[in-house]
Amino acid sequence: MRRFFSLGLLCLLLLSVTVTAQAQTSATVEADDAAALELLNALDVRSYSAKGEAINAILQSDDERARDWLQSLLDGRLQRTDDGRFVVVLDNQGRDWPVADALTNEPLGEMSRRDLDRIGINNNLRNQLRSAIAVVDLYSPNVERRRISASRLLGEVDEELAEPLSQLIAEEEDAEVARRLTQALAIYQVESGELEGVETLRGSLHPRVRVALSRAANSDDSIIADAANEALSSIEQNLKINRGLETLYFGLSLGSVLVLAAIGLAITFGVMGVINMAHGELIMLGAYTTWMMQQLLPGQPGLALILSIPAGFMVAALVGIAIERGVIQFLKGRPLETLLATFGISLILQQLVRTVISPLNRTVITPEWMSGSLVINDALSLTLNRMFVLGFALVVFAALMLIMRRTRLGLEVRAVTQNRAMARSMGIRATRVDIMTFALGSGVAGLAGVALSQLTNVGPNLGQNYIIDSFMVVVFGGVGNLWGTLVAGLSLGIINQVLEPWAGAVLAKIIVLVFIILFIQKRPRGLFPQKGRAAEG
Amino acid sequence: MSSTISLMTQSSSRQFWLTRPFGERATQIFLGVLFAALLLVTVLHLALPQGHPLHVNAYTVNLFGKYLSYALLAVAVDLVWGYLGILSLGHGAFFAIGGYAMGMYLMRQIGDRGTYGDPVLPDFMVFLNWDSLPWYWLGFDMAWFAFAMVLLAPGLLALVFGFLAFRSRVTGVYLSIITQALTFALMLAFFRNEMGFGGNNGLTDFRELLGYNLRSNDTRLGLFIATGVALALGYILCRAIVTSKLGRVCVATRDAEARTRFIGYRVERFQLFVFVVSAMLAGLAGALYVPQVGIINPSEFSPIFSIEIVLWVALGGRATLYGAVIGAILVNYAKTIFTGVMPDAWLFALGAMFVLVTVLLPKGVAGLLLHLKRRKKSATLPKEATA
Repeated sequence: MRRFFSLGLLCLLLLSVTVTAQAQTSATVEADDAAALELLNALDVRSYSAKGEAINAILQSDDERARDWLQSLLDGRLQRTDDGRFVVVLDNQGRDWPVADALTNEPLGEMSRRDLDRIGINNNLRNQLRSAIAVVDLYSPNVERRRISASRLLGEVDEELAEPLSQLIAEEEDAEVARRLTQALAIYQVESGELEGVETLRGSLHPRVRVALSRAANSDDSIIADAANEALSSIEQNLKINRGLETLYFGLSLGSVLVLAAIGLAITFGVMGVINMAHGELIMLGAYTTWMMQQLLPGQPGLALILSIPAGFMVAALVGIAIERGVIQFLKGRPLETLLATFGISLILQQLVRTVISPLNRTVITPEWMSGSLVINDALSLTLNRMFVLGFALVVFAALMLIMRRTRLGLEVRAVTQNRAMARSMGIRATRVDIMTFALGSGVAGLAGVALSQLTNVGPNLGQNYIIDSFMVVVFGGVGNLWGTLVAGLSLGIINQVLEPWAGAVLAKIIVLVFIILFIQKRPRGLFPQKGRAAEG
Repeated sequence: MSSTISLMTQSSSRQFWLTRPFGERATQIFLGVLFAALLLVTVLHLALPQGHPLHVNAYTVNLFGKYLSYALLAVAVDLVWGYLGILSLGHGAFFAIGGYAMGMYLMRQIGDRGTYGDPVLPDFMVFLNWDSLPWYWLGFDMAWFAFAMVLLAPGLLALVFGFLAFRSRVTGVYLSIITQALTFALMLAFFRNEMGFGGNNGLTDFRELLGYNLRSNDTRLGLFIATGVALALGYILCRAIVTSKLGRVCVATRDAEARTRFIGYRVERFQLFVFVVSAMLAGLAGALYVPQVGIINPSEFSPIFSIEIVLWVALGGRATLYGAVIGAILVNYAKTIFTGVMPDAWLFALGAMFVLVTVLLPKGVAGLLLHLKRRKKSATLPKEATA
């Protein structure tokens, strides 16, 4: 009821027609098809100005199908058949188009494009239609639609709209829509030289607001110009903060990726002292496990992703055990040889994926609940998938911390790494601990792969891109220190993002690498060096 | 290996250090085999007619020349890894910098015969709309300057990097990782067009070197021989270093760095000196490599190439120098065969080599040869020290 009332009211004000009675009668709900046909007939004329009149007439008609007509007219889908009926083309691909009756909405089957005649529009009409639709949408019961149309009106408000708009603002229940409409109105006020508008716009971050204000700042009216300048500078200030927050978010996101990639290495390299150059390939295997899962469960990317968390862990852990048993155990105490042998394994794994699956990148689908972004304000929106990865990294880190600090395995690992002979004489089965630790570190690499599959392409070279970064993070943070890895990963991510706009992506990466190289020269044991006996080994 | 060194130095400690290697049996055999091979290839290439089954064609001569430059690079890596215990995963960077220095000279030699016909600027700079040469390109039109830079540029990088690293006692795995990061950073840098080294495409389309046409067969043969001579000289230099007193300090550093330091040696100075020499040799190898393959691009900086060099040395046998040469030639010959016949299998083979050599053949082919020789003799030679 409210919708029809308001629509009628709007039409009234829009066209300055003083027929209030029509709007208030509920009898118009049952619209007359004959009257509707007449409205549409008026569109099928040659003159564009006559078409404009006809559009206004449709707006004024208070017919509930008006929005659909206008939208299909805008899209060029409102057409006329040879026998004079009006139809809406549902899908204009190919030769024969499925159509529906414009009046009854009944599907009429397919029609040849040759039997249809499009009702043409020009750019002026297009603009008129767009704002007309936006205006109609303002009365929609759907909040989402109202929000979109309110945003569209920013900078589009003219004299005719200004008055019904202020009334709408008073009636609007949704705060977001009301705020937008107020801004839209304020832009109009600024443009027409009212100081009050500038006050309202202060603090808004929308780009159109900035356009309107900077235009006002150059206007002849010095009072307005001064006020607009002042508002602009406070907006710029605000924008700078938001940009800073965005950089911080991206930095944290990149950092979380680094932490995920490096945390498994912090276990195998940092705690066990084993250099595993195939760590990157274990990450890659985790990512491919996700892809595989999605192939096995078509149409359920979310479920597949959740299942691939344990699956990716298991796959990488098993491969890790194979590497430990097959190669690393024979090279104990020869770190440089371990480095070379595991590098060989990484080459084999890469080529294996290339031969068995494909040398091309595979796409892993992002489930719906992870796509999209969280809009904080006009200048800041946070993508959800990055947020999930950030959370995931923290959860994995916390879990690893618990395992190392609070479980029997963690205790044994620390005992074996500090003094192997002593630990063995205390009854700890050192070989078993080696296998378990390596499996744990490898499994975490698999988890990193699962997470990475949501952010980047999954291909045979995925791991290679992260191996150097991961080593850098572990060394920078201090070998054998999980906290160091977390701090190093996050801070390197942030440093990289801060440098990026200033230096470009590649140069930023180079600068970070050079920084770490220099840092290690200064503090060879990293940010958080181990102290006491553990440091002696 | 240290046992041979001590034997040698006892018998010939009075000699001039640079000529001392000539007294060694291993060096004599190595140089003999090398020069015989150079002579054989030259004769087979020049004296026999094209269709003869034993004729070595220009392509093969070129390929051998490439192998020899790799061998020189491997010798440089063996010098630091075998005798100093420093596993550099960044020697590809020194090789590539030497190569770029040579490439810049060759670029300037093209003159106005490039596609755009600019008398001074190389094609890629014209393409990027640069109006003058960047300062670091100045002087590369002069051969002596460019050839000096082939040694000085990698040497300087090694000096700065090594000074910082050895001073703060970064060794072992850490040094390996940061050398890898170094070459990775350089690769990213050279991929950038703004660097002024041709970006992604690198430097190519070379025409002549010191006035000789690079596309003629005679120049190729000349380059092959020059590379062989450079390998011989590099080998002798390295041998001279490792048999000198300095070399013995290096070996002591490798085996027990802390003890050597406590005796009173400034370990980092020895490390720095040998590291810089090794980088210069790698640069020379790169400079000989570039005119033979006709291109230098940032992929030579890739970490995988640097680590492959280490495999050559490991396969041939560390701390022997001649083992590095054997390894470089064997692996690259295998690579040529594999990539021609079944390219997909090459990475499998390379990966398997890494694993098998480190696990089963820690002393490489040279170690295997020595082992066989000793079994044949069954003489009571002193027990070999572990490398």
